[in-house]
Amino acid sequence: METIIAKTTEDKVVAKIAPTTLTGSQAVLEACIAEGADTIFGYPGGAIMPIYDALYDYNDKLKHILVRHEQGGIHAGQGYARTSGKVGVVFATSGPGATNLVTGLADAMIDSTPLVCITGQVFAHLLGTDAFQETDIINITMPVTKWNYQITDATEIPGILAKAFYLAKSGRPGPVFIDITKNAQIQSFNYEGYTPCNHIRSYRPKPVIRKNFIDEAVALINNAKKPLVIFGQGVILGKAENEFKKFIEKSGMPAAWTILGLSALSTDHPQNVGMLGMHGNYGPNVLTNECDVLIAVGMRFDDRVTGRLDKYAKQAKVIHLDIDPSEIDKNVKADVGVWGDCKETLPLLTLGIEQKDRSEWLKVFASYTQQEYDQCIKDEVYPATDEMTMGEVIRLVNETTLGNAVMVTDVGQHQMVTCRYAKFNESRSNVTSGGLGTMGFGLPAAIGAKFGAQDRTVIAVIGDGGIQMTIQELGTIMQTGVEVKIMILNNQFLGMVRQWQQLFNDKRYSFVDIQSPDYVMVAKAYGIEGAKISHRHELEAGIKTMLAHKGSYLLEVMVGKENNVFPMVPQGCSVSEIRLK
Amino acid sequence: MDTNTEKQEYTITVYTENQVGLLNRIAIIFSRRKINVESLNTSPSEIDGIHRFTIVIHESRSVVIKLVRQIEKQVEVLKTYFNTNDEIVWQELALYKVLSEEITERAKVERLLREFGARAIAIRKDFIVFETTGHREETNKLMKALEPFGLVEFVRSARVAIIKESSGFHEKLKDFENREPSEEVIENEYLGKREAVFTM
Repeated sequence: METIIAKTTEDKVVAKIAPTTLTGSQAVLEACIAEGADTIFGYPGGAIMPIYDALYDYNDKLKHILVRHEQGGIHAGQGYARTSGKVGVVFATSGPGATNLVTGLADAMIDSTPLVCITGQVFAHLLGTDAFQETDIINITMPVTKWNYQITDATEIPGILAKAFYLAKSGRPGPVFIDITKNAQIQSFNYEGYTPCNHIRSYRPKPVIRKNFIDEAVALINNAKKPLVIFGQGVILGKAENEFKKFIEKSGMPAAWTILGLSALSTDHPQNVGMLGMHGNYGPNVLTNECDVLIAVGMRFDDRVTGRLDKYAKQAKVIHLDIDPSEIDKNVKADVGVWGDCKETLPLLTLGIEQKDRSEWLKVFASYTQQEYDQCIKDEVYPATDEMTMGEVIRLVNETTLGNAVMVTDVGQHQMVTCRYAKFNESRSNVTSGGLGTMGFGLPAAIGAKFGAQDRTVIAVIGDGGIQMTIQELGTIMQTGVEVKIMILNNQFLGMVRQWQQLFNDKRYSFVDIQSPDYVMVAKAYGIEGAKISHRHELEAGIKTMLAHKGSYLLEVMVGKENNVFPMVPQGCSVSEIRLK
Repeated sequence: MDTNTEKQEYTITVYTENQVGLLNRIAIIFSRRKINVESLNTSPSEIDGIHRFTIVIHESRSVVIKLVRQIEKQVEVLKTYFNTNDEIVWQELALYKVLSEEITERAKVERLLREFGARAIAIRKDFIVFETTGHREETNKLMKALEPFGLVEFVRSARVAIIKESSGFHEKLKDFENREPSEEVIENEYLGKREAVFTM
């Protein structure tokens, strides 16, 4: 801001700060810079043209990634947010541009991903007239956003964007949607600088921690004979991985994860007993119904985790740590609800709990792991058949990456297999669509994940169904040169639905037989190297070639057509009724 | 009666910022769960600039608690309370239009007005509009009484309610404006007091 000398009417010379004149569009970009948003995923269009025009002059400060579809843009924003821990920023135009964001918003909402999505809107005076590319996106996105707002005057922009970034990242994170009419983007106004927001009187990002609940939880844990910790993404979102590790290590408790909690605790940690839920591990599922105290940390008891609720952990006292009060008692009644940010509550619990050796109890888990290995895992990761399995692909990936890669998955059988078998050493390494189960998430999310973690290897594991939903994002890879390793596990079926049709619908394979193009040729057309692996003897070399290749690479692996993911808790069954075959 | 599972009438009172679209955000919390809103009123509150929603639903207590937490989660919502009918004082207003000819010839209008605490708020040659306030049963009774005389139009307002134990929102709002508000404001007031819900 420049200082000017102005003469007042009394002819006295006074110095005052002259506000800079900015357009609404420039103010949007200034806000992004002030919030440290270095990468924007977007797609231009009529109603957002003024912002894109301003962006032309901000090229040195803001990196804009041109995606091929707005859904790809928002999933990339999600991938970026997940690996970087920052707010993902997405631009799109009005009408179809905005509606194409809805799937990603719903996905980010249910998976608590911090996003600020900015769309253009028709001129304010045209609102409600069915103008070209006008859609009532504020009302459309209301149920799938943490907050949304329509700006019709440029002077609102700095304040509203400050609020948007604050809401997206604070408390339980989530997507915030800001719709800006074209007149507000064009309008010039006196810009008085950007002040980040850190307080909204009607918004409580985190509840105050109450000591009595901490004490009650500590007492339950100290008296427990067979406690089980189950953890979710809250540990990652709260950046509380170390606090969590100290907590379980002091008490010696086994810890099992939801798929969004995966990678918060390294997979080879001796107290990591595996995955919960429908395709989770045998031990943690069965023993959920045998533990005496169940300690849930930053997870929301999704039905895919709990199975049948009226038969879920009925014998156990439940301690539930969550930052979002509405999660306590929502699905599972908590005996002690420990409200608060787990970054703050976990150390308080650790302080109170006694050092304990629970190796006997851990041995029970080990015995279940052994049974699962013998009956289920062994054939999946070291198959005796000619057909390749998804499990062996992931095992070979582990052997090369040593658990240091970011694994991004789409949705379906390959997702469950990757979550079950992939190794992780560090947090924020698993990016997947958990709550919404969005097919088509994988490829664009992997692009965003790489921008969020540029020094890491990013591997996208995708099925032959999901890849065809957002395959256009190969164009984004081509144009930006972003390095993503794409592994298509092709079983020539929509495998998860086929598995259900086999098990529950008498093998009536209704519309799950899906054909694929020649993926290697498609990749080539986009200038991306690739190979197709149809035989086991080529597999290990193929994976090594993919990972050693400089630049993106597409590896299609033909896996067995009718393999199933096991164990499985059939829908409507209790977690202890988990089937190994 | 197990209040956790038995359905009964609950009045939900929501203190909010005055913001376009908030009505929708609150309404979709109910419609998403296919819960019918029996009555909904928005009005100013005891504090300038703070809005007050009064929502009546017929649901079990455990469902109401979940709904209240979802409402409170909305960014512009300051505080949400829920009460059973014995914890509130409430009124609804009803208007009735009848044909003048019918009613003056056949009914004892004066007795009707006395009996139902009604007033005539518009008297024209062709029609008369009565008004009464009270609980639903009371306004229903007058409707029934007028039906034989050709009730032309009937309309009833949403419920407005005062919470008996409430000391108002002035003190609470001050607390909300603080960066470090007291436990009482930040916390769900019914947690840990599950059996003794719900006084302000």
